[in-house]
Amino acid sequence: MNFFILTLIKVAVVAFVLLTTLAYLQWIERKVIAHVQLRVGPYRVGPHGLLQPLADVVKLITKEGLMPSHVNKVFYLMAPFVAVLLALISIAVIPFGPEIKIGPVTTWMQLTDLRIGILFVIAISSIGVYGVALGGWASNNKYSLLGGLRSSAQMISYELPLALAVAAPLLLANTLSFREMVNYQSGYWLGFIPRWNVIPEIIGFIIFMIASFAETNRVPFDLPEAENELVAGFHTEYSSMNFAAFFMAEYANMVTVTAVATLIFLGGWQPPFPEPYSDAIPILIFALAGLIAVYHGVHPARRMDKFTLPATGLVFLGIAAIFGLSLFVPMLKAILMALFWFCGKVLFLLFVFIWVRATLPRFRYDQLMRFAWIFLFPLAMINLLATSLIVALTTK
Amino acid sequence: MTALIFLIFAAIAVFCAISLVVQTHPVSSALSLIGVMGSLAVLYLLLGGEFIAAAQLIVYAGAIMVLFVFVIMLLNAGAETPTFQTSSFVKYLGIVLLVAFLGLISFIIQATLPKTEGVIFGNFQGTAADVGLKLFTSYLLPFEVTSVLILIALVGAIVLARKEI
Repeated sequence: MNFFILTLIKVAVVAFVLLTTLAYLQWIERKVIAHVQLRVGPYRVGPHGLLQPLADVVKLITKEGLMPSHVNKVFYLMAPFVAVLLALISIAVIPFGPEIKIGPVTTWMQLTDLRIGILFVIAISSIGVYGVALGGWASNNKYSLLGGLRSSAQMISYELPLALAVAAPLLLANTLSFREMVNYQSGYWLGFIPRWNVIPEIIGFIIFMIASFAETNRVPFDLPEAENELVAGFHTEYSSMNFAAFFMAEYANMVTVTAVATLIFLGGWQPPFPEPYSDAIPILIFALAGLIAVYHGVHPARRMDKFTLPATGLVFLGIAAIFGLSLFVPMLKAILMALFWFCGKVLFLLFVFIWVRATLPRFRYDQLMRFAWIFLFPLAMINLLATSLIVALTTK
Repeated sequence: MTALIFLIFAAIAVFCAISLVVQTHPVSSALSLIGVMGSLAVLYLLLGGEFIAAAQLIVYAGAIMVLFVFVIMLLNAGAETPTFQTSSFVKYLGIVLLVAFLGLISFIIQATLPKTEGVIFGNFQGTAADVGLKLFTSYLLPFEVTSVLILIALVGAIVLARKEI
C-alpha cells in the first residue's frame, strides 16, 4: 500500500508540474520570440503578461466547440484526445533525478523505470502521428487533409534518423534504461571533461535535434501547419478545447523530446563540473540574476513599474539562499542539484527550439523530404556504423 | 491481477479483430488493426517479451500502419458498398454454424495435442539482450535469409513501380 500511495503522490506532483510547465512554455515562447523581434510580447494580463496563460485557458474553455458539417464525428472528436494522450504518456518513464531519501522513504525521482524505457518513448512517439493524421482526415477539409498527410509522411521519414541517432549512444552504454544511461555518463575524463555522450556522439546529437524538430512539427519543419499554404493545416477546423488539446500535445512533445535528449546525450542530472565547483553554480547564477533585477528595478531612470523587477530579483535571491542553505542539508542538496541541472538542460534545449523558430524560415516540402532521405538518413547510418565498429574493437 | 489484465486485453484484441472485418470504411478498419496490434503488444509484455512488445508497437503500429493510413487518406478511399445482398435468415444460420465450427476445432485441438503445462506470466526471457543473442547465434541463418527476402521484396516493389513513374 505504501508503494501505491507513494506512486500516487509522485504522479500528482509530476502531472501538476508538467501541465503548469506546458501552460507557461507558451508564455516563454511568445516572450522570447517577441524579444528576438524587438517587441515586448504579452504585457497586459498581470505583470509582464505572467497571467496570460491563465487568461488563454479561460478563453479556450469558454469558447464554443464548433463541429463542421459532414465530418466523421467519432474520429473528429477522438483525434485531439489521442494526440494529447500519446504526448503526455511518455513522461511516465523519464527520470528527473537520482534515488533520493526523504525521511524514512527512499525513492527514485521517476514515475516508473522500464528496462526498455528508451524503446518505449520511441514507440509512443512513433504512434503519436495518428492524432494529427486522424484530425486532418476527419475534418472534411482539403487543407486539413493535406496537413495530416504531410505530417504522416514527415514523421515516418524523420523517425529513421531519430532512431538511428539514439541507437549509437545505446551501443556505447549497452543499456535501454534511462537510469543506467545516465549512470553511464557520470564521471569526468581527465578530471574535468564530463563523460556525456554528446562529446563522442556530437554528430548523433545534431541529427537527433534536427529530426526532433520535424517529429514535433516545429519550425523550420512545420509544413503540416504552414499558414501561407494550408490555413492552419490539420487543426484548421478545430476550436475551443479540441484546439487546445493539439496545442498542448505539441508542447508536451517538445518537453519529452528535450528531456530524452538531455538524458541520452547531455548526461541527465549529472553536473558539467566536478562536485565542489558544480555546487556553487546555481547559487552564483540565481544571486547574479537577482542582483541585476534589483539593480535595474530600483534604478532612477526607470519611470514606470518599480515593483515587478525588484520583487523578481528578491525571489531569485531567495532561491540562491535556498541553494546556499542546501549545502548543509545533504538530503535537500541531492534533490535540488539534480532538479537544477536536469531542468536547466531541458530549459536550454527548449530555448533552442524557440530560438530556431524565431530565426529560421520554413523549408519547402520537397526540400524537407530530400534533406531527410538523402542527407540525414545516410549520415545517421554512417554514424551508427562507425560507433558500432569502435565499440566492437574496444570491448572484449 | 495479470490474469485480469490478460483477459481485458485479449477481449479488446478479439473485439478489434472483429471490428476490423465488419467495418465498411477503410480508415476504421485500419484503426481496428492498430487496436489489435496494441493489445497484442500488451499481451507480449505480460508474458515477459518486452523487446517484442516494443518492436510490435514501433514497427507494426508505428511504421507499417502509418503507411497504410497514409495511403488510404491519400487515395481518399470511401466507404465500401456491399456488393451482394444477404437475407437475415442466412446471417443467423451463419452465426450458429460458426459457433459449431469453432467448437469442433477446439475439441479436436484438445483431444489430439499433448497436455502442456500452463503458461507462466513473465517467464518468457524476452529482454533485448536475450533476443539479440538468440538472433546472432542460434538463429543467424534464418535472420539473414529473412533480411535478404525483405531486400528482394523491396527491389521487386521498385521494379514494379518504375513503369508508373
